[in-house]
Amino acid sequence: MNAINVSGLRKSFKAQAVLGGVSFNVKRGEIFALLGSNGAGKTTTVKILTTLLRADEGAAQVCGFDVRKQGREVRACISLTGQFAAVDDIQTGRENLIMVGKLRHLPDPETEAEKQLEAFGLTDAADKPLSVYSGGMRRRLDLAMSMVGGPRGLSNPQGRGVQVVFLDEPTIGLDPQSRLSVWNTIRKMSKSGATIFLTTQHLEEADSLADKIAVLHKGTIAAEGTAAELKKLAPPPKLELSFLEETHMARAREILTEYQTEAGALTLLVMTDGSVKQAAAILYKLESAGIAAAFAQKPPTLEEAFLSIIKEGTK
Amino acid sequence: MNIKYAISDTVVMTDRVLKQMLRSPDTVITVLIMPIMMLLAMRFVFGGAMNLGGIGTADYMLPGIILMCVLSGIAYTAFRLNNDVQKGIFERFHSMPIAKSSILGGHVLTSVISNAVSAAALVLAGLLVGFRPQAGLVGLLLAAAVILLFIAAMTWVSVFFGLIAKSTETSSVFSYLLIGLAFTSSSFVPVGTMPAALAAFAKYQPMTPIADCVRALFLGRPRAGSLWIALAWCVGIGAAFWALSIQAYNQRRK
Repeated sequence: MNAINVSGLRKSFKAQAVLGGVSFNVKRGEIFALLGSNGAGKTTTVKILTTLLRADEGAAQVCGFDVRKQGREVRACISLTGQFAAVDDIQTGRENLIMVGKLRHLPDPETEAEKQLEAFGLTDAADKPLSVYSGGMRRRLDLAMSMVGGPRGLSNPQGRGVQVVFLDEPTIGLDPQSRLSVWNTIRKMSKSGATIFLTTQHLEEADSLADKIAVLHKGTIAAEGTAAELKKLAPPPKLELSFLEETHMARAREILTEYQTEAGALTLLVMTDGSVKQAAAILYKLESAGIAAAFAQKPPTLEEAFLSIIKEGTK
Repeated sequence: MNIKYAISDTVVMTDRVLKQMLRSPDTVITVLIMPIMMLLAMRFVFGGAMNLGGIGTADYMLPGIILMCVLSGIAYTAFRLNNDVQKGIFERFHSMPIAKSSILGGHVLTSVISNAVSAAALVLAGLLVGFRPQAGLVGLLLAAAVILLFIAAMTWVSVFFGLIAKSTETSSVFSYLLIGLAFTSSSFVPVGTMPAALAAFAKYQPMTPIADCVRALFLGRPRAGSLWIALAWCVGIGAAFWALSIQAYNQRRK
């Protein structure tokens, strides 16, 4: 059984269509990344799946329950960490965790809080008010609150409780170091058996964490697959030529007018179709002209893959 | 929904909001110390210059000061609720398997409890500076009931503004308007001493019958008319803003 099934989800706010028929599946235990730029519809999707918002059309099941008709059952098996660290500033870290444990009706919220503090490296700060927490610590507490009553929970021996964890842009606004620490935390959460559904604007993040990535663009899924599969959709590699003199470079541009080029400081990027034949032809022309140049092949970056996917999507 | 969970969830939520209140010193100062200061100022600074128709300053003004105290107290209810709405914690709660009623319930109960405590503290402080209620037990209970009903009604007003305000800063502006309403009522001076136009307004706005009724009940004077008008205002305002709040709350999922 899949952890999440989504088919044909549509949602508009007034006249503004945000989701225009979104479908995807998330397998149990995997880390699934919904990748998209600002305004692509990521948060709307998360809100529909977590029962905060009703879809106009389409169906979605989480843990096998219909989000529209079985909201209570869905809420019992999920947790949500939104874009802003949803923690209570006036309470300590421990109090925040105990509060969530009580609201999840766990038999022993205190023990569960202790366990999560340890798992998320917050034991030392447990009894301090949140005003002294760093941004990264607040995020970790936020994630810990998502895991209260989670799959590995002592208080949850029958394997009920939180099985699917929704993280809406979990690293937004964090410095690079905190970001890495949150990534590691998310991997740990996944290892404990939770299915992770995360949204992100960063390909790098999706690539580093996710088993499967769906690219959401303007309210529809533009591409779906593993990071390696998505990279195949990227444009072919470019040839980077570097020159010793400006005159050589100018000459090279004259010779290569039939190709699309991008000039840098003594370097020229030539778009190719990726074939040996084309690369050989380009290099042969340069060699014949007597311009000494070094070359390197530039594989497409994930960013380019993303841009090329969403470009396809708009066509 | 299991009633046991509905109660236990509401207890957890109320505990949370009460902690927010008790751990912020400025809230405690505003809802407890300020009204007492005001009582002292009214009694000892302004009181001597006022002719209140043979009623002692403390006896006349205490009900009005209680109203003012509630009106400034509910500003914090709106502020705290709006803070929850603006920050992600509201959504976290809504994605959890808890009784929905507990989410607003915690704020409402905290508001009722804290304002009732402030009102009680004011009555005690009043006794020290010359407030002498003449009512019997029934009168005192009725006065307490009207004050509680007023607190509940004003709490739903604050819940509505807390839900709809676009920012935390603007969420409590409504309470200043209500405080203005209290000043232009019979809370502190008899309506008859005001200019004619203002007196006409003061006579028919809700704060006047509510203040008059609580005062009459405390002092054991017959004011049956203002009691019914006061009750009608409280129930009407409370019911209207309860309905508006529930609608604003449900709007969120559309």
